[in-house]
Amino acid sequence: MTILFGIFLLTLLVITAMAIVKAKNLFVAVMLTGIASLLVAANFFLLDAADVALTEAAVGAGISTVLFLSALALTSDRERSRTKNRTMSLAVTIIATLVVIYATFDKPRFGSPEAPVHTHVAPWYLEKTPEYIDIPNVVTAVLGSYRGYDTLGEVFVVLTAGIGVLFLLGSGRVLAPAREERSGTTRLRHHLIQRVVGRLLIPFILLFGLYVQFHGEYGPGGGFQAGAIIAAAIILYSLIEGEDHALRVLPQKVLLGLMAGGAILYAGIGVIGMLLGGNFLDYSVLSSDPVKGQQLGILLIEAGVGITVTGTLLAIYHAFAARSS
Amino acid sequence: MQLLLDVISWVLLTLGGIAVLVGGIGALRMPDLYTRMHAVSVTDSLGAILVLTGIMFQAGLSLATIKLIAILLFLLLTSPTASNALASAALIAGTKPLDEPDGGNTGAGR
Amino acid sequence: MELLGLFNYWVFAILLMIGFYAVIAKPNLIKKLIGLSLFQAAVFLLYITMGRIDGGTAPIFSKAADAAIYSNPLPQVLILTAIVVGISTTALGLGMVVRIREEYGSIEEDEIAEIDRR
Repeated sequence: MTILFGIFLLTLLVITAMAIVKAKNLFVAVMLTGIASLLVAANFFLLDAADVALTEAAVGAGISTVLFLSALALTSDRERSRTKNRTMSLAVTIIATLVVIYATFDKPRFGSPEAPVHTHVAPWYLEKTPEYIDIPNVVTAVLGSYRGYDTLGEVFVVLTAGIGVLFLLGSGRVLAPAREERSGTTRLRHHLIQRVVGRLLIPFILLFGLYVQFHGEYGPGGGFQAGAIIAAAIILYSLIEGEDHALRVLPQKVLLGLMAGGAILYAGIGVIGMLLGGNFLDYSVLSSDPVKGQQLGILLIEAGVGITVTGTLLAIYHAFAARSS
Repeated sequence: MQLLLDVISWVLLTLGGIAVLVGGIGALRMPDLYTRMHAVSVTDSLGAILVLTGIMFQAGLSLATIKLIAILLFLLLTSPTASNALASAALIAGTKPLDEPDGGNTGAGR
Repeated sequence: MELLGLFNYWVFAILLMIGFYAVIAKPNLIKKLIGLSLFQAAVFLLYITMGRIDGGTAPIFSKAADAAIYSNPLPQVLILTAIVVGISTTALGLGMVVRIREEYGSIEEDEIAEIDRR
C-alpha cells in the first residue's frame, strides 16, 4: 500500500519539476524547489531512509530555500523570456531520457534482497555494529566510525564552501551609520504577531536542534541535521530582530571560530587517537573499553560536525544578508 | 474496542482529507491573493487538527501520541503566523485586495 | 508488480533529464543552479531506491524486533554526505551569481557573453 503512496508522491514531484522549469518568475521557481525538496524528503521516509529524510527536509527544504531567496534579493527575480529556438536541447534531453529509461530495465527488481548492493559490506555492517560499536542507529555508526574519513572530508568541504562564500561576498562588515538610522527597515518592528511567536518558538527550535544532535546515536539525527536546525533558529532571530541584533548575539568572530573549531575538533580526535597509540581516527583507544571509546568518539565528532555546519550556514547567510545592493 | 478506535480514526482522517481538499480547491478557484490565503487556512488549521487526531487514535497511548500533540501545537502556532507574515508582506509589496464594485466598502480592503 | 517497481527508476530518469534540460537550455544563471539541485535530488532518489529491501525497515536497531530485516544503511550514508556537499556547492554558486550580477549587471548568460565580447 505504501508503494502506491510513493507513486503518488513521485508523480507530484515530476509535475513540480516541470513547473519549476517553466516558471518565469524566479521567486515562484524557488518556492517550487522547496516543495520538491519536501516531496523528496517524504519519499525518502517511505523508502526507509529516516536519517536522509530528516537531512533533506532540514537542509534541502529549509536552508536551501533561504539561500536562494537571499540571492534573489540581491539579483533580479524575473527571468527574461526567450524566443530563441531550443529544439536542439529538447531533442538531446528526450534522447537521453529514453536511453536512461532503457538502462533501467536492467536493474534488479525494486526491493529484492538478492540485489548486488546488499551482498558485500552492508550485511557485515549490520551484523558487527552491536559487537564493535553497540549503538542502535547503524547509519550514524557507519558515518561516524566505519566511514569516518568520508565524513572528515565532508566537514572540510563545508568549511571550504563557507570560506569561499566569505571570500566572494565579504564578511558582514559593520553596518554603515546611514544603515543604522534606517534600521527600522531591517527588522519587523511593526509586526507584533511575528515577533511574539518567533521569540516564543526560538528556544524550542534550539532545544530540538540539540536533541537531534545528541540523539543521533539512538534515532534519526546527527550533526548535519542539528547544525541546519540551529542555524535556522538563528536565521529566524535575524529575520525578526534585524541583522545588527543577530550579529551582536553571534558576532562574526564567533562564527568564524565555530566554523574552524568544529573541523579542528574532528581532526583533533583523529590525532588524539594517534597519540594514544592507535591509528588516525581510531576511537577504540579513547577509553579503556573499546566499545565505550567508539561511542565517545562518535559523540565528539558529531558535535564537531554540528558546530561546523552551524557556523558555516550562519556565516553564509550573514554574508548574503549584509551585502546591500 | 479496537474496532471502535479504528472507526473513529478512519472518520477523522476522511474528514481531514476533505478539509485539505476543500483548501486546495479554494486555493485554485479564489480570485485574489487574500481570499486564497483564507481558503488555505482551512487546510492549515482544521485539516491539521483532524488528520493528527486521527493518527493519535491509531497510535494509542504511547510516546508517539505525545510527539503528535507537540507537532499539532507547533503547527497551530506557526501556520497562522506564517499566513499573517505572508499577508503583511503582500500588503507592503503593494498587492491590493479586490474591491466589491457596489461602493459599500469603506476601505475595508485597504 | 514489476512495472510498479520500475516506476521509481523512471521517475529518476525523468527528473534527471528535467534538471539537465534546465541547466543546458535556460540562460538564467539562477535557473541553472535550480536545475542542478533537481539533478542532484534525482541521483539521491536513485541511490535510496536501490537500498530498499522488501519488508525492511529503517536501519535502526530497536528492542522490539530483534530479527527484523533492515534496509541497507550504506547508500543512506553516502547520500547524507552528498546532500550536505550539494548545499555547499549551491551556496558557493549563488555567491558567484551575486558577484557576477554586481560586475556585469545581468544574470542572463547571453547578455554576459555579449558584454564580455565588447
